[in-house]
Amino acid sequence: MSVATLSIHRGGPGEAPRRDRFEVPFEAGQSVLDGLRWVRECADPSLAMRYACLNANACKECMMLVDGRVGYACTIRLEAREMRLDPLPNKALLRDLVTAIAPPDERPPEPGA
Amino acid sequence: MAVEAPLLRTDVLVIGAGGAGLYAAIEAARRGARVLLLDRSLIGRGGATVMAQMTVAAALGSETEDDWSHHLADTLAAGRGLCDPRLARLLCEEGAEVIREMDEWRTGWARHPDGRIRQVQAPGHDRPRCVYVDFLSTGPAVSRALRARAQREGGIRRMGEVLVTDLVTSGGRVRGAVALDLAHGVPLRMSAGATVIATGGLTRLYRRNSASSNMAGDGYALALRAGAELVDMEFVQFFPIGHLAPRMIGMDPIMWDPFRYKLGGRLLNGAMEEFTDRYGAPDGGRYVVTRDLATYAITREVAAGRGSPSGGAWLSFQHVPEAVLRENFGPVIDRLAANGIDLTRTPVEVAPIAHYHMGGIRVDARMDTGLPGLFAAGEAVGGANGANRLSGNAITEALAFGRVAGREAAALARRDGEGWDEAAAAEALALAGGTGPARPGMNTAALFRRLQDIMADDVGAFRTAEGLARAGQRLQALSAELGEAPPGPPLPHDLARADWFDLRAGLQVAEAVVLAAAARTESRGAHQREDHPGLDPAWGHNQTLALRDGQLRLGRQPVAEAA
Repeated sequence: MSVATLSIHRGGPGEAPRRDRFEVPFEAGQSVLDGLRWVRECADPSLAMRYACLNANACKECMMLVDGRVGYACTIRLEAREMRLDPLPNKALLRDLVTAIAPPDERPPEPGA
Repeated sequence: MAVEAPLLRTDVLVIGAGGAGLYAAIEAARRGARVLLLDRSLIGRGGATVMAQMTVAAALGSETEDDWSHHLADTLAAGRGLCDPRLARLLCEEGAEVIREMDEWRTGWARHPDGRIRQVQAPGHDRPRCVYVDFLSTGPAVSRALRARAQREGGIRRMGEVLVTDLVTSGGRVRGAVALDLAHGVPLRMSAGATVIATGGLTRLYRRNSASSNMAGDGYALALRAGAELVDMEFVQFFPIGHLAPRMIGMDPIMWDPFRYKLGGRLLNGAMEEFTDRYGAPDGGRYVVTRDLATYAITREVAAGRGSPSGGAWLSFQHVPEAVLRENFGPVIDRLAANGIDLTRTPVEVAPIAHYHMGGIRVDARMDTGLPGLFAAGEAVGGANGANRLSGNAITEALAFGRVAGREAAALARRDGEGWDEAAAAEALALAGGTGPARPGMNTAALFRRLQDIMADDVGAFRTAEGLARAGQRLQALSAELGEAPPGPPLPHDLARADWFDLRAGLQVAEAVVLAAAARTESRGAHQREDHPGLDPAWGHNQTLALRDGQLRLGRQPVAEAA
């Protein structure tokens, strides 16, 4: 069985960034989002990622860096090779693949503010 | 905990920022209320509204003469005798008004060259009644128009990434809520004069579903735990022609709906024969069979060994010339080609997919739950659609019910004001923000998948007493594994913690569906019992559910009289 290897940025702001590698069973026609959901269900539920709709490209929440290029995890195909996944570089990091992308006036209050 | 959770004060708290929640917020704000609008996702991105592909039913009469009473007659017929006619009337009558208001808010309903709004005929409607934006774009356009209006309205504090974990009740009244701020992993307190649940339905409880990841019945569980009642929980609608194979990316599984509106398409079994006529519902290459009947027909064909290779039916557009496909769906045809699909050469496989919940929170025609201080709106409400929802009624319901809930909540908040009770919130706050026991090896995402498997295996479109009993036992076993508190300390964007709260809610709601489905020993609309085929006139009443002393209690009520 062929596998897709996802090399994923882990950690939050102020932490030394590290990478975890997950081997995902590869099936033709999957999206990168499918691979990430497999990681949470079968390997590590603590992985932080953002999505609301499922592969419909309607919510536009799953934007991240895939092999260094900005894209939606739900519209980029998973491939049977190593793929590097990183959070958006120009947004404040929350944790793992999640950044603060909500408009400033639509966010919860900053703790301690 | 070290830092006290922030206390946010508002007149009206709206939980959920899909079509119903946004409309409720706008309506409450224009009646002078301060509004706090929450969503666990980003504002206007999560929920079901943004996923809507196509049609919105409203008796505008822009194609042919129409009146809300005709829409109501079709809605009641589709509901197989169980609609609450007061709610159905509200949907149809106020529905036409909100669709016009949405037009003023520049939703961009598709128009004829002479300026009339276009309306198409959907299955179960007696005439062209469904407005749309572009094919595959209706939901995003509705969400965008509402969000823009909410931003302009003033008085609405919009806040995404907030998961409400419990309502706070004291003195027999809802006083607000406790939530988990998902962005930072900290608890929040919200004091409100009136609260509106607009969290949508429960279709994420099924393995194959067309919902957002945040539609797992949490609003039903909030209402139950606070003391409100649910109704019609056995009626889960399956969309008959959800995409099954080949695998696609970047496309909603209900995308074939607009194709069928425009081009008909042929629904075929594994032997490439038309088959819905065998179940009393001839399709004939047009899109006329209601959702419950089409789901029934496909499921029976598959059970009889006449399904398509992946376990569904074929949907074929091979008879449609490529030029016609392009003319109607231009760029979508290219997206299909990128997925290796050429409709002129091969059919696709489709199968029923969990799509909408007819049941929900029991309310009156003011969207009042009967529990003081608590309202509901949209798919979170049960009753308007009875045993089966008509195509096109979901967005209309969301907008119309949202408007009513916003109006009533603003009036109540003005009359009663706030009354936060810190002691009543303590337990919920400790659960939302506290550090739970470490549970090494516990995978909350896998547990949620098991919940979806249980529901898909035995509580889907076809049910038996034996299967429902098995589902009940498996749900109990899963509940026992969940434990009393979320595992570990809260983290920023902690999906495992969110899963734990989703499981707590989802398991309770799943049990409610199982109880109601097991009790209803007949087949009606979306509730089909293999061991009790056929509609039984003696079952012409609604079932209700309440939580008493930690136990779900099933009740009955006669179908409401017309308003």
